[in-house]
Amino acid sequence: MTPLVEIRGLAAAFDDVPALRGVDLTVGRGEAVALVGESGCGKSVTWLAALGLLPAKAKVSGSVRLDGQEILHAPPAMLDRVRGGRVVMIFQDPASSLNPVHRIGRQVAEALRLHRGLSGAAARAEARRLLDRVGMPDARRRLDAYPHELSGGQNQRVMIAMALAGSPELLVADEPTTALDVTIQAQILELLGEIRRDTGMALVLISHDLGVVAETCDRVCVMYAGRIVEETASTELFSAPAHPYSAGLLAALPPIDGPRQPLAAIPGSVPEPWAMPAGCPFGPRCSHHVADCDAAAPSLAAVAPGHRAACIRPVHHARAAASMLLPA
Amino acid sequence: MLRFFGIRLARALLTLVLVVTFAFVVLRLSGDPALLIMSPDAPPEAIAAFRKAWGLDDPIWQQYLRYFAAIFQGDLGLSMRDGRPAIALVAERIPATLALTLPALAIKIGLGIPAGVYAALHRNSFADRAVMLLAVAGFTVPSFVLGLLLVLVFAVQLGWLPSGGQESWRHAVLPVLTLGIGGAAVLARFTRSAMLEVLGQPYMRTALAKGVPWAVAVRRHALPNAAIPTVTIVGFMVGSLLAGAVVVESVFSWLGVGRLLVVAVANRDLAVVQCILLLVATTMVIANLVVDLLYGALDPRLRVAPKGATA
Repeated sequence: MTPLVEIRGLAAAFDDVPALRGVDLTVGRGEAVALVGESGCGKSVTWLAALGLLPAKAKVSGSVRLDGQEILHAPPAMLDRVRGGRVVMIFQDPASSLNPVHRIGRQVAEALRLHRGLSGAAARAEARRLLDRVGMPDARRRLDAYPHELSGGQNQRVMIAMALAGSPELLVADEPTTALDVTIQAQILELLGEIRRDTGMALVLISHDLGVVAETCDRVCVMYAGRIVEETASTELFSAPAHPYSAGLLAALPPIDGPRQPLAAIPGSVPEPWAMPAGCPFGPRCSHHVADCDAAAPSLAAVAPGHRAACIRPVHHARAAASMLLPA
Repeated sequence: MLRFFGIRLARALLTLVLVVTFAFVVLRLSGDPALLIMSPDAPPEAIAAFRKAWGLDDPIWQQYLRYFAAIFQGDLGLSMRDGRPAIALVAERIPATLALTLPALAIKIGLGIPAGVYAALHRNSFADRAVMLLAVAGFTVPSFVLGLLLVLVFAVQLGWLPSGGQESWRHAVLPVLTLGIGGAAVLARFTRSAMLEVLGQPYMRTALAKGVPWAVAVRRHALPNAAIPTVTIVGFMVGSLLAGAVVVESVFSWLGVGRLLVVAVANRDLAVVQCILLLVATTMVIANLVVDLLYGALDPRLRVAPKGATA
């Protein structure tokens, strides 16, 4: 069976500065995949590029197949049907992601008209049903509210309602809870999980929060400097990260119990996109680094069944990784 | 809403009082109307009689209070030059000025806004650079230079249009163009930056991400948002419909309000100058009020708690 979305060798550059350097990613039907990494590693750009949402000056190449059909550089009319219809994307800051001068009912109804052909009273009734569905209190009255009259969490619910309007097969949520406080975060994640169970929709969760990822997703892709460096089941990543970068990320998580101790930060910083090292981009920061690492950037290779990492000297044990990065 | 409107109205009235007071003081400090109108070598008795007749002998605060009291009775005084009511002199010039400024306003809006939107949508293209180059030129060249340039080309060299006077519509073409081009340039630059700002907003990305075609997203999501700052400039232009043509009317010897103002100031024809200033200030203040109300209509965020906007 063809996967729902298959991204191959996706590259993107702004003014000749590469932001993505060959991303390979597959999303199966109904699957929940997380894309994690630091700010600027290309998590969001991957999906903006895949859906043709980057500004025109961005140079994008590679292949993005939806159900086997190429959508990268597809004609605008086709992309407009895909976006908001089969694949939708919601964003980090819900308040500024909604148009401040239109009522939210109208913004939801716009998606309904585009993808379900509804208009007038029918669109309004369906918009109300969707707002109810995403747990918006007093949905009927809120249809006539403007985004600035709602809280951040409520606005994110509106974004999700709008996303559901096209009955999508895949929802890409770009840091959907980063701008929200913790209790609302949990509610929104729960809502996404609930919708997924009800509709069988696939979910890509873009996040830098490993805790959020562990709760929500089956599979995790770790990105570093415009590439995926590790891909495995969430449970496996937490118990046995293979790439030293993933191990470093996990070691940097504050322990929830035990005595307080300084967090183990990864030394150095992400290389600037215009000054990438010749070999492995993580090489200069990696305590596992050997001369061979500088020969060529390693590509993803299996380290265990269903577990791939782009590293010639993968770490095999979480504790080893942690101790390796902790100060002696 | 009523409170908001009340505050605005009070502020508008205060503005008018300040304009009238300022004009009153400056005009009386900067020259003696009796000497200017009677000519300096008139017999002293005649000048004294003139001063007495116009109340110029009284202390300035008495003159001021008398003037103010008269305004509230709708009396804006008589012209010292021909004895007719100042308001009548000004009123008969208004159509001539509007005959220039209204078509010019249409050019500013009809040319400036589409050019700015087009430039923003084709950012960094050849068309964008061309529009912006023209806009900077139109924006920086003073109107008397542009006016004289147009006269040189179309009146002197080509002989297509008259260089001054106001006998027919053909006489209005060059002054209207002079006013319109400069204003269109200002508006084009402003519209372009307002559009660029809006096009970069996350809600534009949201619109595209939900499948709204680009052209529809521009029309439905970008333009209404970009209209909010643009309205400010258009409001200012509407407010200067009566006062905005002083220089151009002088260049093209067009007998409008602006030309009357220049002559009246030179003659220290106090009542006329004050009448024009009051009229100009009033139109400006009304335009500002309308802009404030329009903000509320265009931007729902300003409806609930209108504050911080400028008067």
